[in-house]
Amino acid sequence: MKRKLAGARVIDPSQRLDEVTDVWIADGEVAAIGDPPDGFGTPDDEIDASGLWAAPGLVDLSARVAGRLGAETRAAAAGGFTSVCCPPDAEPVIDDTAALNNLLAAARREAMVRVLPIGALTQGLGGEGLADHDALCRAGCVALGNGSRPIADSKVMRSAMRYAASLGKTVFLLPADPWLSSGCAHDGRVATRLGLEGIPVAAETAGLARDLALIEDTGVKAHFCRLSSARAVAMLEAARAAGLEFTADVAMHQLFLTEQDISGFDARAHTRPPLRSTTDRDALIRAVAAGTVDAICSDHTPLGIDARLAPFAATEPGISAAETALALGLRLVQDGALTETRLIELLSTTPARVAGRPVGLEAGNPADLALIDPNAVWTCNPDDFESQGRNTPFEGWEFHGRVARTLVAGKTVFQRT
Amino acid sequence: MTDPQLGPGRRLRHFLTIDGLDRAMLTEILDTAESVREAAVQRVRKLPLLRGKTVINLFFEPSTRTRTTFELAAQRLSAEVVNLPLELSSAVKGESLLDTLSTLEAMHCDLFVVRHPLAGAAHFFAAHVPEGVSVLNAGDGAHAHPTQAMLDLFTIRRHRPDLENLTVAIVGDVLHSRVARSQIHALTAFGVREIRIVAPPPLIPAEIETLGVHVHHDLDRAIEGVDVVVMLRLQRERMHGPFLASEAEYFRCYGLTAERLGRARPDCLVMHPGPMNRGVEIESAVADGPQSVILEQVSNGLAIRMAVMMMTLGARA
Repeated sequence: MKRKLAGARVIDPSQRLDEVTDVWIADGEVAAIGDPPDGFGTPDDEIDASGLWAAPGLVDLSARVAGRLGAETRAAAAGGFTSVCCPPDAEPVIDDTAALNNLLAAARREAMVRVLPIGALTQGLGGEGLADHDALCRAGCVALGNGSRPIADSKVMRSAMRYAASLGKTVFLLPADPWLSSGCAHDGRVATRLGLEGIPVAAETAGLARDLALIEDTGVKAHFCRLSSARAVAMLEAARAAGLEFTADVAMHQLFLTEQDISGFDARAHTRPPLRSTTDRDALIRAVAAGTVDAICSDHTPLGIDARLAPFAATEPGISAAETALALGLRLVQDGALTETRLIELLSTTPARVAGRPVGLEAGNPADLALIDPNAVWTCNPDDFESQGRNTPFEGWEFHGRVARTLVAGKTVFQRT
Repeated sequence: MTDPQLGPGRRLRHFLTIDGLDRAMLTEILDTAESVREAAVQRVRKLPLLRGKTVINLFFEPSTRTRTTFELAAQRLSAEVVNLPLELSSAVKGESLLDTLSTLEAMHCDLFVVRHPLAGAAHFFAAHVPEGVSVLNAGDGAHAHPTQAMLDLFTIRRHRPDLENLTVAIVGDVLHSRVARSQIHALTAFGVREIRIVAPPPLIPAEIETLGVHVHHDLDRAIEGVDVVVMLRLQRERMHGPFLASEAEYFRCYGLTAERLGRARPDCLVMHPGPMNRGVEIESAVADGPQSVILEQVSNGLAIRMAVMMMTLGARA
């Protein structure tokens, strides 16, 4: 199967490419950009992509797709994602090869995009006994982590990091001091007004300080997930300046929402880590622009209706985010906070590198592409979601720009009608 | 965002929090309470204002005095009252809050009085009851206890009508206190001169200054010149562990003694939402002393609860 993707604005930061041109696809791989390679012959079909952007498929570093792989990977595809990392705190927990193999088998049957499992660092994510990292990685985990459950015991964390380092695998870390994390909202004016137990910024920075020390000690490749505070960003800058290597991401919603969004006990904005102050949000935006933060994930967490039908503290945190992440990112571009190239770097090429996937649209890479219509105007209505989770605080937001078509290995897995 | 408490014509539909209600509305509550105060304290007289209405007391947390005063308030207004002490019932386990609510709705009542250990529970109920049914918040987690704050304000106003000239100290576990939060909103709405929050640092909520209060950690200095001192109850489970070293230390630093009270204005009112821990946050000599209005608070609670029931159910005295 040979295809020609004609006339798109091709944006591939990995090749410093941003021009209107053609992409040639053969046998599921990128054959060439620009002129067809020698001997390509006549393509079997041609996709008219004029007026669209063609970006390397987006890579989500955190998307809870396990359990309803069909619907949730369709949601990912509708959001332009071609690969999604599935955190280990799934049901069942990805802490042994049986659970992992089941997930991978289900992914082969149902998934529309590539599912990249993250194996558990500890058994049952309990933070005590180590999981079998070697078996998990051999069976297909791209990285190791403990999901949203912090490992309290530093001795366990250090051991887990040493194993991961010996396997050459990246550990995904959600820095959090467990004793300071028992609340449900940012420890600030809104939580105080609402009488909700707060999670102070120190929950994140205390966890981060510990983890940075252990990264230095063990030499593990580390990736920090879903940072929420200005102080955490400042700590990362200082650690980098001191020579430590790691990567970090934020969840897209942290770049838009603040503690104010939970006013009136609006559980749609219940997230973990919590939405913090305007100062924190603004620092995170600057950090993704400047490169202190390397990637943006959707932190897609589809929830059923029942998960919200309770007073705020008893609701489950999370946003069904796969289908709004790119549109929000485009808004950052429209607001002048990011360039188009930087956005694609944050959503595709850097996360691909973190997840150990081929990066960008170089010849020979899988033809995973997101075709984006930058002029599509649409209003977020959760009833239109492909995801089974309708939990979004962005209901009613108007966006400019939307995925028109998504290709995985050269095949169209999503096309907007 | 529209205030979920207000119905058509900006009438009080639910009473969930003081936060967001204006001074006129709060004054109406106080004045309505004043108009029924006599009926409230005379046991023989019942007002026929809520005849035919049904009130359900939904208490997901143990409570004696609050539940009793809501019950009496409804009875004094001739309403039918049903008490559901849910903390004792097996329905709590397994059944979702919403299912509990739907079951109760099928009984066609007019007013739910809700107490729940989670902040936002009363808002949650208010968002899900059908048109024409009201919700009164009898305390939700650390969020709000608006009838308590109104009865406190009522008590203060009866002694000191010049509210804007008052300096009020609220002393104790503000972090976990729904009473303190509601009092702060109520006192702020009436423009009191100064509100002082006095507590050990771990019991002060983050950025509480944004509610318009001043934070103090030294009661001896903070009590100087105050017109009203409100002592908060210290929950037993807070007396040890990360918040406090011991009851003895707490009493030494933050307990109200006659000697300390001497630093306040001579006519300073002493208040406590009850139930008191004598010898922990307040000395008996003060609790039972001439400046204490603690028992008045209890009887005024009846009038305030009658007033908000009347207002939410559209009855006029």
